[in-house]
Amino acid sequence: MKTKQIRQAYGEALVRIGEKNERIVVLDSDVANSTKSCLFGKKYPERFFDVGISEANMAGMAAGLATTGKIPFINTFAAFMVLRAGDPIRSLIAYSNLNVKIAGAYSGLSDSYDGASHHSLIDIAFMRAIPNMSIISVSDPIETEKSIETCLNIDGPVYIRLSRAEVPYIYDNNYKFKFGKGNILVDGSDLTIIATGYMVHKALDAAKLLKNEGINARVVNIHTIKPIDTELIIKCARETGAIVTVEEHSIYGGLGSSVAEVIVRNYPVPMEIVGIQDVFCESGDYEQLLNKYGLCAENIVAKSKLLFSRK
Amino acid sequence: MILSNAQEAKLIDLCKKFRKELIECLHAVGSGHPGGSLSATEIITTLYFCELNVNPKNPNDPDRDRFILSKGHAAPMLYLNLAEKGYFDMRELCNLRQLNHMLQGHPCAKTTPGVDLSTGPLGLGVSAAVGMALAGKLDKKKYNVYVLIGDGETQEGIIWEAAMAASKYKLENLIVILDHNKVQLDGTIDEIMPLGNINAKWESFGWKVIETNGHNIRDISSALKEAKQVKVKPTIIIAETVKGKGISFMEGKNIWHGKPIDDEHFNIAMKELSGGN
Repeated sequence: MKTKQIRQAYGEALVRIGEKNERIVVLDSDVANSTKSCLFGKKYPERFFDVGISEANMAGMAAGLATTGKIPFINTFAAFMVLRAGDPIRSLIAYSNLNVKIAGAYSGLSDSYDGASHHSLIDIAFMRAIPNMSIISVSDPIETEKSIETCLNIDGPVYIRLSRAEVPYIYDNNYKFKFGKGNILVDGSDLTIIATGYMVHKALDAAKLLKNEGINARVVNIHTIKPIDTELIIKCARETGAIVTVEEHSIYGGLGSSVAEVIVRNYPVPMEIVGIQDVFCESGDYEQLLNKYGLCAENIVAKSKLLFSRK
Repeated sequence: MILSNAQEAKLIDLCKKFRKELIECLHAVGSGHPGGSLSATEIITTLYFCELNVNPKNPNDPDRDRFILSKGHAAPMLYLNLAEKGYFDMRELCNLRQLNHMLQGHPCAKTTPGVDLSTGPLGLGVSAAVGMALAGKLDKKKYNVYVLIGDGETQEGIIWEAAMAASKYKLENLIVILDHNKVQLDGTIDEIMPLGNINAKWESFGWKVIETNGHNIRDISSALKEAKQVKVKPTIIIAETVKGKGISFMEGKNIWHGKPIDDEHFNIAMKELSGGN
């Protein structure tokens, strides 16, 4: 199975868009070698600013740069993007709808060994509640590349939820990334598994296991969490009658909440939300950590069967 | 620019007028921050009427000088200046902080022509100014970026993050003015969180420090002129001011940071501000 790190795909995408568009500037806060924004820095040192360990100042500077027509990409771990740079992101960037792209590296549990202090399980909840903010959560290297290109067409702030993880390719180069539009990856009529980010390939694995047990699950990748694809979610509720959401995020305020908000208002069906319960996690191997906290194909299968029985 | 005696006299009159209009406006709407607007009156007025290269007919001119009111609670004094310059009708001031009107409690770049940056949460303005000044250098533009900060505001950590960045990128096109009125919301600066040796702090962060009298237009103007001669580093002008300047019962009093002005105080204030006219 061909795999690649999301962060590598991100860094390479930055270099490519930087070549075509001179308005792009990149800022990092002393984690450029981790986020891979360093690849841009090597190619375009005059448009790359490592501002040291000052995430809030980085976001504030980006706001100032954006007022002059620059398109800043700011980089740090997702946990610190939200918790340290949250004020300027809300008060300067989003309030004035400034054209800053906010790259949250190492989201979810992907910085697994660093422990709960570095895990990012509240970023979607925070970003969703900010007006003018769009949110993209990428599932594979191709989607990363395409979404970085696409976000340039959005005149306003975009939070791009990235990962440290090495992920299998879900898409090929023919993939047409459409902002705000989810993708049905596998069709099915018994229930729908809606996943985002690193959980998409786990959802695909779960669908295979379910098939062996006679349940035909539809699998949908929601890469744009805000604005969410209301139309597709209602269609899935209507056609399959049950929805399981899967995300590497707190069960509060993330993808599950977003989907639930759509279906309760439009087409209520039974739902399960697979995500991190209301707990801090711990250090450990990434896959083992995901398994322990239920972010694995087996748990998606278990929750799906439970849901199916409620239909 | 060099200030003539006639210009100086004109600006002094303008400041008198702004003080009266400020009190009228805050009294009428029953909300807003008098203390920090009064300490910053001469600074903001000197900037708009003797320093900034801006054109109200083209508020988004890419070559214009930028002004950021990082101490956003002094918004009424900014609005008075912007209206006087012609960015919008002076009558908008009657609707300050009111529903369905343009002038927000803190400056909002989206709703108000002439506001270069939305501010309010203290400390953010200098970081954004660093970004604007950096962009000016990258694009080889001639504009300067001016920022007004409060002294209490420098208790925010992000101020010092931005101070380091401005120094690293040698932003000689960045001029910060510190409204050193020595009073914050809960008390005096010395009581709440002393700032220690302000000059030494900024100098050690790599900034040129210039001291001035923040209520003397000629002094402010000379300090700005000196700041623009500085090369390879950003400048901070420490402007000595009095919180509530011009109204005896407000001077140096933290309770007037954001207190509504009742009829009794309004009448005393207007009498004092009219004295000598």
